[in-house]
Amino acid sequence: MNDILLYTVTIFSENHVGLLNQISNIFTRRGLNIETLSVSPSAISGIHKFTVTTYSDSDTIEKVVKQIDKRVDIIKSFYNTDDELVYQEIALYKVSTEQFLGLGSIEELIRKYNIRILEMTENCVVLEKTGHYDETQGLFHELSEKLTVLQFIRSGRIAINKSKIERLSDMLAKLEVKRQQ
Amino acid sequence: MKGSYILMESLRAEGVETIFGYPGGSIIPVFDALYDYQDKFNYILMRHEQGVTHAAQGYARTSGKPGICLVTSGPGATNTITGIGDAMMDSTPMIVITGQVGTSFLGTDAFQEIDMVGITQPITKWAHQIRHADEIAEAVSRAFYIATTGRPGPVVLDFTKNAQLESCDFNYTKTTYSRGYIPFPEMELSKIEEASALINKAKAPFALVGQGVILGNAEKELIDFLEKADIPAASTLLGLSAMPTDFRLNKGFIGMHGNIAPNMKTNECDVLIAIGMRFDDRVTGDLATYAKQAKVIHLDIDPSEIDKNVKTTVKVVGNAKETLPALTKMIEKNNHADWIKSFDVYDKKEYDEVIKQELNPTDDKITMGEVVRKVSDATNKDAVLVTDVGQNQMAAARYFQYSKTRSIVTSGGLGTMGFGIPAAIGAKYGAPKRTVCLFAGDGGFQMTIQELGTIMANNVGVKLILLNNNYLGMVRQWQELFFNERYSSTPMNNPDFNMIADAYRIKNKHVTKQSELDSAIQDMLKDDDAYLLVVDVEEYGLIYPMTPAGTTVTNILTPNNNE
Repeated sequence: MNDILLYTVTIFSENHVGLLNQISNIFTRRGLNIETLSVSPSAISGIHKFTVTTYSDSDTIEKVVKQIDKRVDIIKSFYNTDDELVYQEIALYKVSTEQFLGLGSIEELIRKYNIRILEMTENCVVLEKTGHYDETQGLFHELSEKLTVLQFIRSGRIAINKSKIERLSDMLAKLEVKRQQ
Repeated sequence: MKGSYILMESLRAEGVETIFGYPGGSIIPVFDALYDYQDKFNYILMRHEQGVTHAAQGYARTSGKPGICLVTSGPGATNTITGIGDAMMDSTPMIVITGQVGTSFLGTDAFQEIDMVGITQPITKWAHQIRHADEIAEAVSRAFYIATTGRPGPVVLDFTKNAQLESCDFNYTKTTYSRGYIPFPEMELSKIEEASALINKAKAPFALVGQGVILGNAEKELIDFLEKADIPAASTLLGLSAMPTDFRLNKGFIGMHGNIAPNMKTNECDVLIAIGMRFDDRVTGDLATYAKQAKVIHLDIDPSEIDKNVKTTVKVVGNAKETLPALTKMIEKNNHADWIKSFDVYDKKEYDEVIKQELNPTDDKITMGEVVRKVSDATNKDAVLVTDVGQNQMAAARYFQYSKTRSIVTSGGLGTMGFGIPAAIGAKYGAPKRTVCLFAGDGGFQMTIQELGTIMANNVGVKLILLNNNYLGMVRQWQELFFNERYSSTPMNNPDFNMIADAYRIKNKHVTKQSELDSAIQDMLKDDDAYLLVVDVEEYGLIYPMTPAGTTVTNILTPNNNE
């Protein structure tokens, strides 16, 4: 029960100033490190979606999520383990054009990692790879062995759950009924 | 209408009568407006912003209405932090309006600028900055809604100076809804059924009563529930006075310095019913050994409290005002006479080993407990008890008796020394017809001693009882019991408190002998004026019983057993 696992916390909030502070405070109190973070407007206008990953035990993550959910400006918060999710990260790699062309096995590399080339100039090539952490990390390792990676950046995780229940829309519908009462 | 006047009108629309405050540069326009509202608000100038917050807390606790604080930016704002944290821990509805520099100066380290919203987000229900006049009415409306509904708590409104000075139309609508905020979660009938099934089968049920009962105005519903199934109950520190002291099923006070019987019975009952309480560590001791034999039913309005510290069998989320009657309806009439009688042996042990000596000391040294009980008796168990923090607080909680609800104002969760004097002032404004008695120690008394000025200036009829042992007594107690009597930083070289009271023109008396105590208490209570009664109590007094921190709830030290 108290095994440490990577949890993905999904938070829907009002689009107000200071929400990130309110959320991160709750992780800070319990000494949980935020591994990745991704924030963007959700499908519903005016509602923002945060996706946070953190290593925790199940007992702690449950309490953290309840305490996040309790905040007035938070609409709904829940957590999942990897098996309940389809998730993705995106990574960008900048390498020198000269070194890249010198690889000699570009087609093989592109097929192996399903790489997209976003830009190519005299100086540099920018590659894009989406996937799980170990996949984007795998490409980084392989590139690093063969040439100098000038810049490497990976996004926070984004995730969609495989559940039959759409918790946010169900909840908003319930709230709407309540409001009209 | 000017922003500062919009604030005044918004407060009026929320029915505010009393405001505690302290002016300063960034809030001058609001105080300028207040000048025109002197006949509409009872405004009390405190002597420090910390005092502003504690007075507002005291007011909220006795009146049931939110406490209103009005202070300036920067240091005025940061001085309110302790009170805000205290109100958050103890679920006290409070609205703290802090001045803020003009919007164009934000983020520039302007004079008396502080990031009040950022600082207070972790310790408030809601912290919000008002940047323009047209946001004021809505912000105030939301602030009252959030502070007072559900599990109450403090709200900060950070009010920029330009918003105070700008003008716009005034329209006020009370907030009754905020998306994503569910103040009163819907009661689940299936949980009520599960809980009543457990209670009906229980041979040894035991209820723990927290402040949630008082905040939910569910005192009568509690009594009905306990009576019907004949369930003994005990209170947390903040739950005290929810049940009258002499109520048949009231088995006292739980926790570190609580009564022996209810603490022991926690680990003997078969069903533990926790009502509006949060299993604080000062109540549970070591969680690994706490009530492990019992099925736990937890009733609370805040879902995040359930399973936080103690794992529960049945989780009843909802307002005690609703959940208790629903339970009462479903449970069967019952009789637990033998179980209830089994408390007596521990009550006798506590009386023999602790209470007898505390209330009737055989030497001439005055104990804290006897002072408390004498004052409680002299006020016919009708008074409001206010405490500071430490030994004075535990003696007061143990020996004060109650006939009415909302009769204890104390800093429970945060344990704020210096809470006492300003909280007593606020408590008196919240319950002007009641006698308000503060018990404080010599340490906490001096932390907010400047509020004697507020008492003098406003003729606040509070009865201040200073239990002076010339020590920071609770820390000294721990040093005596657990740190080899190494009294590091606890002896106090104190001033003449009576001379201080004289300087503030507050009636006062100094009692050093037991024989003087009764007449001094009579003198204190003979009229409605403020009074300071300084009582020299035993220097090396100890609060017993005591469950040492982090040990099991049944590991109770008494004078006969303090190894």
